[in-house]
Amino acid sequence: MKILALDSSGMAATVAIAGDDRLLAEFTVNYKKTHSQTLLPMLSQAADMIELDLKTIDAVAVAGGPGSFTGLRIGSATAKGIGLALEKPLVHVPTLEALAWNFWGCQDLICPMMDARREEVYCGIYTFEEGRLRVIADQEALPVRKLAERLNAMGKKVILLGDGSKVHEALLRELLTAPALFAPAHLREQRASSVAACAMEYIRAGKTESAADHRPTYLRVSQAERERALREQAKKEKE
Amino acid sequence: MKDTSDVTILAIESSCDETAAAVVKNGREVCSNVISSQIALHTLYGGVVPELASRKHIEKINQVITQALEEADVTLDDIDAVGVTYGPGLVGALLVGVAEAKAICWARSIPLVGVHHIEGHISANYIAHKDLEPPFACLVVSGGHTHLVVVRDYGDYEIIGKTRDDAAGEAFDKVARAIGLGYPGGPKIDKAAREGNADAIRFPRAKVGDSVYDFSFSGLKSAVLNYLNDARMKGQEISVPDVAASFQKAVVDVLTDHAMHAVDEYGFKTFALAGGVASNSALRASMEKACSARGVRLCCPPPILCTDNAAMIGAAAYYDYRRGIRSDLTLNAVPGLKLGER
Repeated sequence: MKILALDSSGMAATVAIAGDDRLLAEFTVNYKKTHSQTLLPMLSQAADMIELDLKTIDAVAVAGGPGSFTGLRIGSATAKGIGLALEKPLVHVPTLEALAWNFWGCQDLICPMMDARREEVYCGIYTFEEGRLRVIADQEALPVRKLAERLNAMGKKVILLGDGSKVHEALLRELLTAPALFAPAHLREQRASSVAACAMEYIRAGKTESAADHRPTYLRVSQAERERALREQAKKEKE
Repeated sequence: MKDTSDVTILAIESSCDETAAAVVKNGREVCSNVISSQIALHTLYGGVVPELASRKHIEKINQVITQALEEADVTLDDIDAVGVTYGPGLVGALLVGVAEAKAICWARSIPLVGVHHIEGHISANYIAHKDLEPPFACLVVSGGHTHLVVVRDYGDYEIIGKTRDDAAGEAFDKVARAIGLGYPGGPKIDKAAREGNADAIRFPRAKVGDSVYDFSFSGLKSAVLNYLNDARMKGQEISVPDVAASFQKAVVDVLTDHAMHAVDEYGFKTFALAGGVASNSALRASMEKACSARGVRLCCPPPILCTDNAAMIGAAAYYDYRRGIRSDLTLNAVPGLKLGER
């Protein structure tokens, strides 16, 4: 099995090509340039380096969200285009699950989080049991304070990662009573090799989708929808 | 055997609220033209919501492309180049089409041509009028654009006039909202105006002081809003058809006047309309009359090619492709892209 993996959900743009038992290539850039300009050239260069014959690809894995709305769509549209052109299935990997794979095998709590603005983070809580990922709390948008309360209630040792762990580090250090470790830079953010590793498990479980059907998971409605819902609610209350 | 001199282009357009794909041969022959409209969704909000538009694009884009290929009875093997709109437009919406097009081109080693949206609108005339060739003058009027353009050659444009504030179509949308007709304003005002008296209310025809070709529609829009407020305060009944017809006439008069000024000054024998507002029946009638009085040929695409569509992008991409223009994998969405710039 050979898969292409990409993730442009956060600050880093990252691509990888992975075989069953070998990471063939990985290219990660965490720099100011937009993902729109970097993602595909990175994939192209990585593929060239390993003289990849695209026909030999079995699936395209993409970090399907949550994350920056625009970033997610750049990754999704890229994966959908490749899927359409090569007639290959897609694997929709939850962004935070893929991040948890940065700490494969760790039996402490793993809590990846991405800054979601408005003092919230997209976060999930995971651990590995016998090398298999276990989801303790599925990914969702939460106020930082709520997440800290939840981790404190669990009272277990936890590894914090993701760009949100950096953005909210001071607040988290203040709120957390549970023993916590903040991931260092080389393990903190998205890595397409982790997306690929997570995707392999999904493929083995038969969880693929067509390129046409794939769409990102935002975990949040748009601002216009939110405001409209509030207006409708106010109208109802008035009646 | 495929004729090697033929150029078949797959075109993708996602700059605003239509997800569209088309297959176009040699810039003039439309093999398929698929448009997935989001109007019903945006109507709930009284206008296009950029984030929702982007979300819809990503849901529909593969289906739209596949349908375009199927209806044209071709596969990606038959495609010589992919043309995609990369600006101007809503950045998040544009990015979906751009990322998708680049991925397809990379995966199948197909040349990529980034296309300017307005160039697409102008090029819709090449599809509708097989014998049309530059030079000619063109009025591009839509929800986002009001441009008076001299088309010197394929891909060679000079903008001689543009709006200083609202686009013509934008004014239609805002006035339609104010008189309770809703979104999209253009077709609704056009329809209501047929029942009204265009001379009932005298709205201003704005002149832009230092330019005979530039437009301004925000003053007209304010005049309509003031009229409505005034009438409401005085308790006078408002005739929606009269307001619609009178407002429409003011827009059409200015557009026609500027267009004919260009015709007279530059001596063009051919004038083209383009963009969504080019479907407006009053504008077509007025331009037809003015052009025929001068012995000038008026070109105007059918409504399906005036609205945002990908066939027009395929036509523009063909002439860019013929001139050797190629985009690479770093192609980005450029929301404020200027006509004639790359």
